[in-house]
Amino acid sequence: MANPLPQPVERENYLNKEYGVWSWLLTTDHKRIALLYLLSITFFFFIGGFFALLIRLELLTPAGDLVQADTYNKLFTMHGMVMVFFFLIPSIPAVLGNFLVPLMVGAKDLAFPRINLLSWYLYIIGGVMMLHCMLTGGVDTGWTFYAPFSTAFTNTKIVEAGLAIFVAGFSSILTGLNFVVTIHRMRAPGMTWSRLPLFIWAHYATSIIQLLGTPVIAITIVLVAAERTLHLGIFDPKLGGDPLLFQHLFWFYSHPAVYIMILPAMGVVTEIIACFSRKRIFGYHFVALSSIAIAVFGFLVWAHHMFVAGISIYAALVFSFLSYAVAVPSAIKVFNWTATLYKGSIHYDAPMLYAFGFLGLFTIGGLTGLFLAALGIDVHVTDTYFVVAHFHYIMVGGAVMGYLGGMHFWWPKISGRLYPEGWARLAALIVFIGFNLTFFPQFILGYMGMPRRYYDYSHMPEFQVLNVLSTAGATVLGVGYLLPMIYFLWSMRYGKPAPDNPWNAAGLEWKTTSPPPTFNFEEEPVVTWEAYNYDELDAPHPQEVPVAR
Amino acid sequence: MSAPSKSSPLKMYFSIWVALLVGTYVTYRVASIDLQPFNAAIALTIATIKATLVALFFMHVKGASEKLTKLVVIAALFFLALLLGLTMSDYATRLWS
Amino acid sequence: MPDSFAAGFSQDAHTEAHNPALLHHFAQPQQQRDAASLGMWVFLATEVMFFGGMFCAYLIYRLWYFGDFAAASKTLNAGLGATNTAVLICSSLTVVLAVWAAQTARRTLLIASLILTMILGLAFLGIKSIEYKDKFEEHHVPGASFSFDREPIPGHPGQYANPRHAQIFFSLYFIMTGLHALHMIIGLGIFLWLLIMAWQGRFTPEYHTPVEIGGLYWHFVDIIWIYLFPLLYLIDRHP
Ligand code: HEM
Ligand SMILES: [Cu+2]
Repeated sequence: MANPLPQPVERENYLNKEYGVWSWLLTTDHKRIALLYLLSITFFFFIGGFFALLIRLELLTPAGDLVQADTYNKLFTMHGMVMVFFFLIPSIPAVLGNFLVPLMVGAKDLAFPRINLLSWYLYIIGGVMMLHCMLTGGVDTGWTFYAPFSTAFTNTKIVEAGLAIFVAGFSSILTGLNFVVTIHRMRAPGMTWSRLPLFIWAHYATSIIQLLGTPVIAITIVLVAAERTLHLGIFDPKLGGDPLLFQHLFWFYSHPAVYIMILPAMGVVTEIIACFSRKRIFGYHFVALSSIAIAVFGFLVWAHHMFVAGISIYAALVFSFLSYAVAVPSAIKVFNWTATLYKGSIHYDAPMLYAFGFLGLFTIGGLTGLFLAALGIDVHVTDTYFVVAHFHYIMVGGAVMGYLGGMHFWWPKISGRLYPEGWARLAALIVFIGFNLTFFPQFILGYMGMPRRYYDYSHMPEFQVLNVLSTAGATVLGVGYLLPMIYFLWSMRYGKPAPDNPWNAAGLEWKTTSPPPTFNFEEEPVVTWEAYNYDELDAPHPQEVPVAR
Repeated sequence: MSAPSKSSPLKMYFSIWVALLVGTYVTYRVASIDLQPFNAAIALTIATIKATLVALFFMHVKGASEKLTKLVVIAALFFLALLLGLTMSDYATRLWS
Repeated sequence: MPDSFAAGFSQDAHTEAHNPALLHHFAQPQQQRDAASLGMWVFLATEVMFFGGMFCAYLIYRLWYFGDFAAASKTLNAGLGATNTAVLICSSLTVVLAVWAAQTARRTLLIASLILTMILGLAFLGIKSIEYKDKFEEHHVPGASFSFDREPIPGHPGQYANPRHAQIFFSLYFIMTGLHALHMIIGLGIFLWLLIMAWQGRFTPEYHTPVEIGGLYWHFVDIIWIYLFPLLYLIDRHP
């Protein structure tokens, strides 16, 4: 990190305690590991983004002119694999979660600091393998690497990509393990379960999925690799195997995995909404338990990805019904957030703008998920751009918005500097507009019948207008994502020093200094108040520093 | 984290060990008798009893000071059942129509 | 990975005069012990799901291709399988003895039990490799040289197993027992490390968490085998 400018009183904190490469690469401080993760996932975000850009450029014109079919297949595959496994899954948990979980529960560190570091190294090893795979040819199966195409037909580097995901998966398991143990065992005195910030509940639920889902994708990868090298027949219908078994195992993880991405974002948004409405969150227990419900129900719906793949139609009915059930806890959250806003004194700071963006976009994504969970509609729009739009509304409109909102909200704590608020609001606006311009047309395209994963639509030139809109939107979105990166970097050197609690927010992380000392708190905190006690914080005699806005 | 009891648990450990060995022997011998579907049922029942003994007494799930351990065990088994059960819901009904 | 897991306790990085084994971020030894034990249990839950994927595949193909699976299973050496089950059960006993010895400060018994456990673990792997060698010689290892011709289906005179379906059985057999063996090898690594620590006299009745959580891991691997044995070796054995 950049050396901070000399300040009147330079307190010792986790950033300036030690300098030098090794003090970072061998650190066991969860806050430093969070920053290591921040750098690495940002790197992969831009790699994934680069592929996305090429995909959108190819689709600017109906003809397949920019790249060949093979290349296009690799582009969307590598885009998906990088974004899902190397950006979105680690994003909020490994960066914000890593930084905040110990702070929020009032602990000095995660329960297993060295395992935390190990998890980052595993992520890096997986990432390097993925990069190597990419540079030496890549994979062309789609991020879903369905058998038997992946095991018997494609001649791209499935095994290497699979191993990369396997290793990164272990990093994700270790993060989840650390969170579960920390949340159970390391809470400060007085920090009861119902005083925990909902961010913690969300991460607890996320960890359950990471722990119980990820091993299944790991073994699936092992089976795919074995099948591919030895042609065992486990997934190959020619040899007596069942390709649907692959899909079952794959989606047993990969549907819950979408909740690994969205649950932490829900946690972030809950914190932001409470703070910028200056209100206790409405229905604390409902929001907390709906996180757990989502984690559990999320495991019951996976075959909605297989409706047209040839599963039993009775099973399809059951999975369709269960998919509706999983929407209930998500809806509970949305209603509670809305109720929290009601009559709140709302402040439109950048984090809140992202939270608003999240609310709207996640709702659209969730509702279109319900469309897809209806068998009749799914048969019509499966494997079209409708599905692409659906999951991008959730993963980009929801999860990435939450991630950016959280980065802004906690940046003063992380860096000890304030980011430029005006620029940040502008960026939030650009991201929101760019996002909708990119993905809303895709709903229409999909509904009109444009299939996903095609590089050439010259037989349907009428799709072009919407595709051009989408590509234009992607450009705007790209600018929107670059801006925060620039001003965050800028603020590390030139930003105003942040007070300990710039938002006058509730939560233990705001009770320590910005940035926090290595062991987080000067003295062990003792919690005597309920979560989100904004009414007390805003009471006429504030002991704290006034809100810096 | 087993609470150190007053009497030594050695006797218990050895009896569990004997029970496990007997279970193995019975499993092995019963397999060569033709009982149709009951072969598998018996083998799996004995295996489950053995596994439960190991978990309860050797891994100290019984008498663990904490419910949490039990919760983790139950959660793992529950999600395993989900994986097997819901997958089978497809395979079992595929030929119905 | 369990290595590193346990390694979290191998170093006394921050020497607090009274208790060198207490890591700085824990308030008291009890908290540290509870964290370690919960960590191992949670890790074992992930292991259940890891093996669960294979059990799922096994279940489906066993139902689909029961006769072929039975024929293939019958070529396994059930005597050796049963022996190995017994070997693992004995090793589980020595593991509880080790934990008990650590709790009650019996250093000699601790060291002896750890060594015995490792010997039994090695014996298991030895027997396993004999079985693998036999299968290799019989060309029952899936791949290019696999052959399974005219093997009768038990209980159906005159019918022979479909080699392809038998190959699926053997694939699952090798993957499941192979991953189980890999877990045994990791377990042996953990126990070697425990042995070294025990040798150095690092365990006391107050501090022996590594022995406990190492033991949990070992028992879990034993439980997996308790299921693998009937599922793989004893599908349909009667003459
Ligand atoms: C209200 C809850 C949700 C429901 C009912 C739902 C339903 C569905 C359905 C039925 C499909 C399959 C469409 C098809 O392939 O024909 C689908 C695809 C998808 N959904 Fe959702 N979904 C929900 C929430 C989410 C969330 C929270 C995320 C991510 C954070 C997500 C990400 C995805 C992804 C990535 C795909 C496409 C996978 C692929 O084929 O590559 N969904 N969704
Ligand atoms: Cu899904």
